Order: sequence, then C-alpha cells, then structure tokens
Amino acid sequence: MSRAVAGVAVGQTHHASRRTDVSMPEMIREAIDRCLDSRGLRIKDVDAFVLGNMEMFEGINYVEQWMSDALGLAGKQVWKLNNGGTVGASTAITAYNLIASGYHDRVLCVGFEKQSEGSTQSAITTVGDPIWERAVMAGAIGNFAAMTSVYVNESGATAEQAAKVAVKARRNACNNEYAHLKLPNITVQEVLDSDMLAYPVRKLDMCPSSDGAAAVLFAAEDDAKKLSPRPAWVHAAVVAHDQQYMGDSPKRLAEMRSLIEARTKAYKIAGITDPVKELDVAEVYEPASYAELAMYECLAFCPKGGGGAHIDAGVSEMDGELPVNPSGGVLSTNPVGATALIRVAEATLQTMNEATGHQVPNVRRALATGYGGNAWTDLMILGTERL
Amino acid sequence: MSSWDTDEPLRLPQQITLNYRFAGGHHASKFFRALRGEQKILATKCPNGHVLLPPRPVCGLCNLPTNDNWVEVGPGASLAGYTVVYVPFIDPMTGVKRPVPYGFGLVRFDGCDTNVYHLIDETDPAKLRIGLPVEPVWKDESERTGSFADIRWFKPVEGAE
Ligand SMILES: [Zn+2]
Repeated sequence: MSRAVAGVAVGQTHHASRRTDVSMPEMIREAIDRCLDSRGLRIKDVDAFVLGNMEMFEGINYVEQWMSDALGLAGKQVWKLNNGGTVGASTAITAYNLIASGYHDRVLCVGFEKQSEGSTQSAITTVGDPIWERAVMAGAIGNFAAMTSVYVNESGATAEQAAKVAVKARRNACNNEYAHLKLPNITVQEVLDSDMLAYPVRKLDMCPSSDGAAAVLFAAEDDAKKLSPRPAWVHAAVVAHDQQYMGDSPKRLAEMRSLIEARTKAYKIAGITDPVKELDVAEVYEPASYAELAMYECLAFCPKGGGGAHIDAGVSEMDGELPVNPSGGVLSTNPVGATALIRVAEATLQTMNEATGHQVPNVRRALATGYGGNAWTDLMILGTERL
Repeated sequence: MSSWDTDEPLRLPQQITLNYRFAGGHHASKFFRALRGEQKILATKCPNGHVLLPPRPVCGLCNLPTNDNWVEVGPGASLAGYTVVYVPFIDPMTGVKRPVPYGFGLVRFDGCDTNVYHLIDETDPAKLRIGLPVEPVWKDESERTGSFADIRWFKPVEGAE
C-alpha cells in the first residue's frame, strides 16, 4: 500500500533574461530559502533531494557537485535527473515515488537554469541524434515551426487564435511577482506584427530565455498536514515516452502521443471524465502559443480540432471555466531546467490557495504537465482531498 | 571601461572545444554507404510491415527486431510538415550561421512510414503545403561525406500543385 504524498511548500526566484547579479549557487539558494522559510524549515529537516537541469546549457558536468554546499547536499541522499525540458516535472514525480514507496519522508525538488551563461542555440543541437539528425537541424524554433504546420493543417487554428494565447500568458504574468516577461498592454495585433521567426511562428508566439530556479517540497501523510495548512495531495503522477526520432510521430504536435497517453492514464487514476468541469486550473508546458492550442485538444479540454475555438470561447482565461497558466506559463518564463517544476510549483500553490496575485478561486484539483526531449510527457494531478 | 573598473558583478568568459567520434554501427554504415555511393535510400522493415527511416535494429511501435530486412524507399517524397526559418541558426556541422531565410520541413519518402527533417529549396511559405511532392537534390560526388547532408535539400517537383 503506497502512502499519500503532497506538495507542501514552494519557492522560486525572480526570473529574468539575465540574473548576472548572482552565481548559480546563489540563485538556487533564493528558491530553496523561499521554499523552506515559508514553513519555518531548514535544510536539516529535509531527507533527500531530486535535482534537475540541462547540463549542456551551462557546460557543467557534475552540476550537483558545484552546487553541493548551496543545496546542503553533504550527508544527504541525492538524485539528479537530466531529461530535457521535462526534467523539472520528473523531479516532482520522482519525489512522489520516493515518498509513496516509504523510502523517504521529505524530499526537496530543485530545478534550475541560467540560459544567459551559455549558448542555448548551440547546446540544443546536442538534443539531436549525432548520426541521424544533427546534419540538417534548424534549432528548436525550426523544429517547432515545422510541427506547428502539421497542427494548423489538422485543426485549422489561425494566427489570431494563437496570438490570443500569447496575449493571455503575458497579461497573466503581470499578476505573478516572479514571472519574467510581463506585458500588461500587449495586443493580438502586436503579436501578429512581431517578427516572423519561422513560419508561422512569430517572436511573441515563442517563450523567452530565462535564468531562474524553483523548489518544491513533498511530504507524506500526517507530516504533510503538519507542514501545510492545505496540502496539495498527489492524485496522479504519470510519465509517458514516445519513439526514438523526431520524425517518428506522424502528427507531432497535432497528436502528441505521449501527452494523450499520460492524460488518459492520469484521468483514469484520478477518476476524471470531464476535465473542464472536474479540474479547476491547469499549468501546462507550452513552449509556444500554438502548442497550448494543441494541448487543449490532447488534454481533452476540447474536441480534436477545437483548440482555436477553445481560446475564442475564453474557457482558459483567468475568469474562464478552466484557467490555463495563471502564472503566465512558459511563454512568460523559461529557465529550462526549472520550467516544468514551475508548472508543478504553480499547481501546488493553486491547490494550497497560496498563489498570491494570480490565485484561481476555490481550487480543488489542479493539473500540471512537463514536455520536452523528443516528446516526453510528465503529468500530475494535485488536489485538496487526501486520497 | 571593463567590469573590473566598476562595482558590477563580474562575468567570466570561457570557451571550450570538445571533439567527438560516433560509431555508426551496422545500420548507419550500410545506410550511408548506399546513400553516398549509390544515391539510394535504404530503410528497415519490421515483421508487421512498418518501414522505418532512420533504419534501426528494433521497431519502436512493435518492439520487434527488424532482422536486417532492408527495403529501398524514395527517392520521391512528400512534405509532412514545413516552415521557412528567418532566424540565423549555427549549423552544428560547420559552426557557421546558416544564411536566412531557408525552407525546412518533415519529409516522407514514398514507401516509408516515418518522416525525416531536411532543408527545402523554397523560401515562400505560400508555395509549400503538406502533401507537396518533393525530390532530393544531391551534392556532387566529391562533396558527399556520408551524412544526410549529402542530400543538399529537397525541391518541389516541377509542375506539382
Ligand atoms: Zn513495427
């Protein structure tokens, strides 16, 4: 019998394109201090750590070693994951499994990245298979734009509908103290007039590059109740992977097989049959505006082909039936190794009723996703009810 | 004035160069010999009939070995996805920024069940569409090194709508 596990504390840095005021260890401390201070805890109160980042971005192997004192790792049990954009959510799901199994009681997840310290564009080429894929890569944006053409072809989603997602994210970000890209007066027309990066994806359709870190503490059973007045209990934690090469998934973004598989399993575990009614908020890993439209479909928030109509109807706006990314999402903040953990952190805050400035009223259940690598999905559902 | 002369936090630059040599193994060796020498595209076929490019020892859909069952696909192909890229990107093979704009897309060789990314010889997105017939344009023999870049790019088939 596995134990009930909950997210009980969250901390994050102020995210920005360049946090040149702090070194990586100093930046990580900001997130950890905010997380532990919120519950009057210290490092000695934590049993184990799960860390995640993109080592190639900063060119530091053994990254845990060079952050060891800042994290307080000496004498502790430590796991480090390195699985691309998904990694932050993977730290949370690993923590869940470590605690549910009874192996640990309190696990601190930390995700971090300083995109300003390296060359993301160059490092991203190492994502491609060296023998088969690198010779003709076009970076994250080229890859993403080619996938987007498939989604647009399948769904009929328009540039205006995508632009509405871009606007929603940057306006929501204004209510989030820690978000990077805040554009209170952004308009759909401004998105449509921004530079074309790779057809049909424009500059304001894409996520920024950010420096930042996030930390989430997970705990078990009665201990979780002691640590948080309203713990975010894990209702489902699912990982799904896809095939080897970028061209293997025939529809790519239009039918994200790993996201559909993860959603199907998670909804079954959590007993969800009508996600728009039964979930109260979602924090999804949307690297670009078009991706969020596709994710509405893959998460069954709307019928297939209905992503554009879903944003038109306002369902995912702050005052809609199922707000998506009240934090501003990845479109506003993207320190890659932390990005998917920020989704879990925000879902935890929403469930705990502690998302200051961007709290959705009466959250009972929240969904968070991580997405990255070659279509690797992590999905968590958190809730106020202890299962 | 350098940052040493102010109270600003320092940024300390470093550059590292790392060299790698990857073993192609059985499948890549056979594929790239045929690509470079004979301008042939060879895929592997699983027992359930999935024709897979890049060729590989095991089908990811069926988890069954492909048992060295090779089939020739293409050279005719069609676009499964496309874009025109306007932001400079450092070509990982040369370290040089690729001139923009350039066409880029997912290409499906005739007779194949998977797609591969490649460059497209068209920079007007209005002239590209999913399903558009394309064909490979090969580099001269002297330029071919045994990589997907031995195909310079794919160009729309003349007269194709
Ligand atoms: Zn097969």
